[in-house]
Formats: sequence, structure tokens, C-alpha cells
Amino acid sequence: MAKHRGRGIASINYPIGMNLGGDPSQALVHSNPSGKFTVSLSSIDLGQGMKSVTRQICAETLGVPVEDVYVDTADSDTGPHCMGSFASRGTHRVGNAVMAAAKEARGVMMEAAAEELEVNAADLDTDGRGNIHVKGAPHRSISTKDVAIAAQFKQGKTISGRGIFLVPLSEVNPETGEMSPATCYAHACLVAEVEVDDETGEVAMVRMDSAYELGRALNPRLVEQQLVGGAWMGISHALFETPEPYYPDPAHGPRDFVEYLMPGPGDICPHDIAVLERPAADGPFGAKGPGEMCANPVMPAVANAIFNAVGVRMDELPITPEKVLRALKAQGGARPQARR
Amino acid sequence: MTKTPLQFRHNGRDVAVFVDGGVNLLVALRELIGDMTPKFGCGQGGCGACSVLIDGELHLSCLTLAETANGRAVETLDGMKDGPNLHPLQRAFMEQFAAQCGYCTPGMLMAAKALLDRNPSPTRAEVIEAISGNICRCTGYEPIINAVLAAATSGRARA
Repeated sequence: MAKHRGRGIASINYPIGMNLGGDPSQALVHSNPSGKFTVSLSSIDLGQGMKSVTRQICAETLGVPVEDVYVDTADSDTGPHCMGSFASRGTHRVGNAVMAAAKEARGVMMEAAAEELEVNAADLDTDGRGNIHVKGAPHRSISTKDVAIAAQFKQGKTISGRGIFLVPLSEVNPETGEMSPATCYAHACLVAEVEVDDETGEVAMVRMDSAYELGRALNPRLVEQQLVGGAWMGISHALFETPEPYYPDPAHGPRDFVEYLMPGPGDICPHDIAVLERPAADGPFGAKGPGEMCANPVMPAVANAIFNAVGVRMDELPITPEKVLRALKAQGGARPQARR
Repeated sequence: MTKTPLQFRHNGRDVAVFVDGGVNLLVALRELIGDMTPKFGCGQGGCGACSVLIDGELHLSCLTLAETANGRAVETLDGMKDGPNLHPLQRAFMEQFAAQCGYCTPGMLMAAKALLDRNPSPTRAEVIEAISGNICRCTGYEPIINAVLAAATSGRARA
């Protein structure tokens, strides 16, 4: 009886968004008389950072400070339509819609500023700090707040913009089944090292090393944190989580957090992450997005690492101690593979 | 049903409410006092989202009868910051990106505060032990562990 270490690898290509009847998202941007901007979305932030990243995209496109942008995702009954926060599509689809809306709003803002400064809008630029100035003459400037007030109370203009990003429906070729469900793909490679106890069947994570290519990382800290948290979910899927864990009768399934196993803070391992940026041609500022793929490579890498450690091929998730023990018994004991 | 008068200190302020028999402290805090920082997660002590301090000790408010808090001091996340100034733990959570959806954060912060109040220089293993009753679905725990260790370091630097 012993503990065996093994190393496994997995690589993935991951589509950004999906295409079941077309994949659109809308965004609306408008300024308040205070010179602050509101982005209206129905794209929910469930902790992945949708609000932060769309706020950055809007501020960058408008040319105003990020503090001057508020993102409202409050209500899908009253907000512009969105397919939803899934399929790793948020940054790419919603980000593009926000960019389009912010571009239109910027056009109106520059026209309003041009009227106040009595110049041509094409000669104006933003400084990113809340001012609009004549190119080459920074002293001839007006604040976005004053522009918003003038538009609202003097010029009778709404500084606003509409945006939609649609990946049109991709027809399936009836001969070949071929279709083009996504416009860009993210990529990842992950190496997992595990320790398998051949007496208890338990698999402990030792460490992970990964590289992710996800277009431009618009908010590197958010990306890194999503990859860290997503890898934990991958460990959870690989070794712990299932609605019907060990026995075929659903009555024995878990009903709550006490019975539904997930790895705790003591079950995690060091994880070194490299983020590679190859901007997507059709992404907002080149972004694709980390999304779901931050969990996916962990599962095959862990299964491969278990094979490397004890020589059993686990093809059903989660890989529970019971399944490992049964497989070891069927094989007649651990057969450690060549160390990779 | 007969209501019972209940008085306790809530984040340094005296409060008095009438509670139904069998009402737990989480319900009393959220529905009668209006302190929404302790969260309802599972209602059976499995997730830690409702964690509060009673006389400085960590308790699961969903499993604590409200009446047992009578005459005692209850601390919640609502009382953690000092006016506009964040508590060092809150600042560390922010700087270390220790929250994503944020639902576990109040409970995590209370568990971490209970730890640092009695042990200002915890090891990584002690931090893991201290938050092991709290479930987080987003962060993978690593940033939370790092935040608690960073807050402990900054606390020592100030002292």
C-alpha cells in the first residue's frame, strides 16, 4: 500500500459564444446631465466581472474616466435584449455591443462639444480625464459634464448610443454536418500533478501549471482570478461534484451543501498560470474571454495524471475514491506508468 | 404565539426587538433589525454564509436561537468598517481579489476576524482551518487565504 504520484496533461480549443439561431446581445449607453454615463444591459454579472469589463470598454470607447461610467444590469424585462451570461460569450459579445453603443454616444458627445467650442467635431479629442479639447490646442477645452449640461438644457440632444453585436446563424451543411458556431477560439494547456493513495483510492492535488491564450486580457487581475477560481471548479468536477454521487438511486443523491461534496480550502494546490494574449480580430479591443474553459482542462489532465500514477483509465466523473479502488482491484493493483 | 423581548448589543449599539419563539438569530438580524450582511445560505450550518461573532466567538447565526443572544454582544460585517475606513481584512480582500460573486464574503470576513482577533500571526494551515466551515463557489479559496495572511501581516506592521 502506497501513495503514487503522477502527472497528466490536457489541451483545449474553446469556442467563444455559441450559435443556436444566431447569438446577439444589445447595449444602450446614455449620459446623465451630470456628465456621467450609464450602460444598460441585461447581461448578468454573476461574479465573473461582466460589470467591470463592460465599464472599462465603455469608458475607453467614450474617452472618459472609468469612474464616470455606471453599468446597470438590473432587469432583463426593461433592459436591452441579451442572450445571456454563458458560453464564455460575455466579454466578446456584450463587450462588442457596448463598444458600438459607446461609439455612437461618443459621436453625439463630440458634436455637442463642437457646437459649444464652435469648431468642427473632427478636430476634437478626449483626454480620458473628463475633458474634450481641440486637437493640438489643449487649452481650448470643455468638460464632458458641461457638454452634457449643454446637450440636455441648451441644444436639446440626447448623448446616447445603441449597440448590438450579432453573430449570424450558421447553417449546418446537411452533407457534412459542418458549421461555424463561433468566430474565435481561446486555447489552454494544463498540467496536473496528483497523488493517488492505492489503499483508500483518494486522489490529492499536488500542483497545477497552466497556460491560457484568451485574446487581449482587458482586466488582467480579473482574468487571473477567474482562472484560479475556475480551476478549483475543475478540481471539483474531476474529483468531487455530482448530483448523484455514488449510487444509482436518485433518492441517495445529495440534497444540500453538507452532502454535496466540493473541495474545501485544504484540498487546493499551488497553481502557476501563464496568460498569453493573441488579440481576436473581432473582439472588443481584441478580447476573447476566459469563461468556462478555465475549468475544462483540469478534468482530463487529472484523469491522465491518475493513469500516470497508478495505471487505471478513469472515464467517468467525478473520480471518487470508490471508483479508483474498484478500478485498481480490477487491474490487480497499482501499475505506475513512466514518470513524465 | 407569544413574543419574547430580546435585547443585545448589535455592532456596539443596543437593540431591542420582540421575537417569536424558535426564531433564529439570522432572521432576527435580517428581518427585525435590518442588518442584511449575514447571508442565508443553507440554514443548517453547512456553508458559513451567516457567520457572526457573539461575545467575540464565531457562531452560525442560522443555528443560533435569537433568544440566546440576549444580553450579549453580536458583531456582524455591518460593524466591521470604522466609519469610511475599511477594516484591514476588508482592504486585503479587495486588494487580493478575494471576492467574485460576494455571497460568501461576509461569512469569510467574520471567520477571518475571529481568527485574527485571537491569533494575529496565523500560519497558512491555521487560516485554512479557520475558514474551512465556509463554502466559496467562485474564488477557489486561494485569494481568500492570501487576503487573510496579508491582513495579518499589515496588522503586525501597524502594531
